[in-house]
Amino acid sequence: MRLLEYQAKELFSEYGIKVPKGLTSKTIEQGKKDAKELGFPFVIKAQVPVGGRGKAGAIQKCNSQDEFDLKYPQILAMSVKGEKTRAILLEKMAQIKKELYLSLFLNRGKRCYTIISSSEGGVEIESVKNQVIREVGLGDVDKSTAEEVAKEIGLGGNSVPEFVDMLQRLSKLTIEKEAELAEINPVAILDDGTLLALDGKVITDDNSNFRHPELEKYQERSEIEVRAEKSGFTLIELDGQIAVVGNGAGLVMSTLDMLSDNGGKAACFLDVGGGATHESVYEALTLISKIKKVKAILINLFGGIVKTTTVASAFIQAYDEKLIDKPVFARLMGAESDKSKEMLKGTKTKLFDSVESAINAAVMEVRKNG
Amino acid sequence: MANIFELLQGKPGDSDYNKKPVIVQGITGKFGSLHTKLMKEYGTNIVAGVTPGKGGQKFEDIPIYNTVKEAVDKTGSKISILFVPAKFFLSAALEAIEAGIKLLVAIPEHVPVRDSLIMLELAKKNDVVIIGPNTPGIMIPEIIKIGIMPASPFKSGDIALLSKSGTLMYEVANNLTEAGFGQAITLGIGGDPINGIRLIDAFDMVKDTPNLQGMVVVGEIGGDAEETLAQRIIDSNFKKPIVAYIAGRAAPKEKRMGHAGAIVYGNYGSAESKVAMFNKANIPVAKRPGEIPMLLAGKLEQSD
Repeated sequence: MRLLEYQAKELFSEYGIKVPKGLTSKTIEQGKKDAKELGFPFVIKAQVPVGGRGKAGAIQKCNSQDEFDLKYPQILAMSVKGEKTRAILLEKMAQIKKELYLSLFLNRGKRCYTIISSSEGGVEIESVKNQVIREVGLGDVDKSTAEEVAKEIGLGGNSVPEFVDMLQRLSKLTIEKEAELAEINPVAILDDGTLLALDGKVITDDNSNFRHPELEKYQERSEIEVRAEKSGFTLIELDGQIAVVGNGAGLVMSTLDMLSDNGGKAACFLDVGGGATHESVYEALTLISKIKKVKAILINLFGGIVKTTTVASAFIQAYDEKLIDKPVFARLMGAESDKSKEMLKGTKTKLFDSVESAINAAVMEVRKNG
Repeated sequence: MANIFELLQGKPGDSDYNKKPVIVQGITGKFGSLHTKLMKEYGTNIVAGVTPGKGGQKFEDIPIYNTVKEAVDKTGSKISILFVPAKFFLSAALEAIEAGIKLLVAIPEHVPVRDSLIMLELAKKNDVVIIGPNTPGIMIPEIIKIGIMPASPFKSGDIALLSKSGTLMYEVANNLTEAGFGQAITLGIGGDPINGIRLIDAFDMVKDTPNLQGMVVVGEIGGDAEETLAQRIIDSNFKKPIVAYIAGRAAPKEKRMGHAGAIVYGNYGSAESKVAMFNKANIPVAKRPGEIPMLLAGKLEQSD
């Protein structure tokens, strides 16, 4: 789960990491109240689950009511990299002497947690120079390690104990919330040497959600995604018109790539899991019937254990029950495919021997109907 | 590095050569029981099952024990395949390691990363090879299958097939088999962010296989396992033909594409980064799975 900035900062506060005073709203009415309470000047920050907000103009300073009335609705209506603004954080500005970078993340290659810190903050991690990197096992950071990092990034005076404290609190949060990433970028050093988390990014391990009912409130999913998850599927809505369905994440990704190579645009990515049964395919069609923009359905199933005829019967049932009326372009690899073809003759489901030809037919269909 | 062939087959001359005993943890579950039958049909020597509370019963003539320890004591098995819900994975895996299992095939999906990390710490201390979690398993075609893959796509031969994905591995194996390329070994790394055997470890395990003709690596977006592997191939001066495939070129960034590990942050984990590294290692990357046999044939011709 990727938390929005204000949610990450709620966690930071809970763990005693200092953040600027801020208020979050989702409507202009609430925003106006927040502005009054906070007092000008402040920063208006779009809450979106992607980076690059600054460049996109989704973070702006605000000095007066007039400016507020103009900018708040603009930023609320904005999208950054295709992600709509979820909420608006109004935040007081701080007197900053210097900006640092600090994160703890799951290092997949090394199979341990790793600290990254730098004396240069405020830019994306890939362009952060002079990185100090420390591997810390399961994420626990002891005092001496934290002190070493503080010194290596050139801190002195009371900023050292401040940094040690911040890093140890971030470590506690990472462990207890099972975060894959907990990043403070930038960390501000204020005039008095104290540290403040100006921005926050926390990504938790979705597979540990069952141990974290307290994070449930941050979960942002559409009704259809919730239903997909209950069925043990993964569904990701995309911009195009062709629903892409398959069994197994790799196979569906591969189908999506080939569709895109052939000029097709996917309406969704739907992985029904490793198996391919009558029930799972019927449930997939049920989910897709709820996505309005879908013009054609592309299905790529690699059977092997299950007979393709049991899958074919799911299409027939879906048409009979008027669940779907869209054409299906399917490649079903597995036993009895000739029999399946026979079963589906005269229906809106066309079976193909290769996924490439199914993709071509789906792309043609969507082009034909413009 | 453990000798994976020796773990799976034993040594020629062993009384149980090619018949290594295997334990199934979670043998009475829906998934566990189905695949126990299928593995047995394939010829895998399943000697015991473990389901707490069902000790003393039998499944398809296979004795069930309450604990892995009992099953190991009774059968001498060093291999276990684990089918338990993700919530119970860690305790089952630790139990297997403590009972003396040396090769653990971890099928469950949705295992929390922290649990995998804790398991791996103990596995390292005890010199245990972990395949998975979230893996289809491992097989030496026509000899032994420890996993959930269908039998039909695989055929014995001399190509090693390593894959992060399950069904895509079946797809690629099927393409290879149809083109006449059988497989010496096929190994599923798993789609999680943290893997027992990483791509690079799998490469090290199979690279010196006698008579190996070539290798196929099926990667996907997320992490940097493919990049690390490409660097290892360059450094180790491995000369046999390798062909790669990367799924997820068209995936949006910062979205988890079905596998917990299949997610791109910035350039980290991107298909472009992986393809660029494979190209640097002089490894062709197929655009689609169907292209792999052709590229492999081309590479083999060059090396003749």
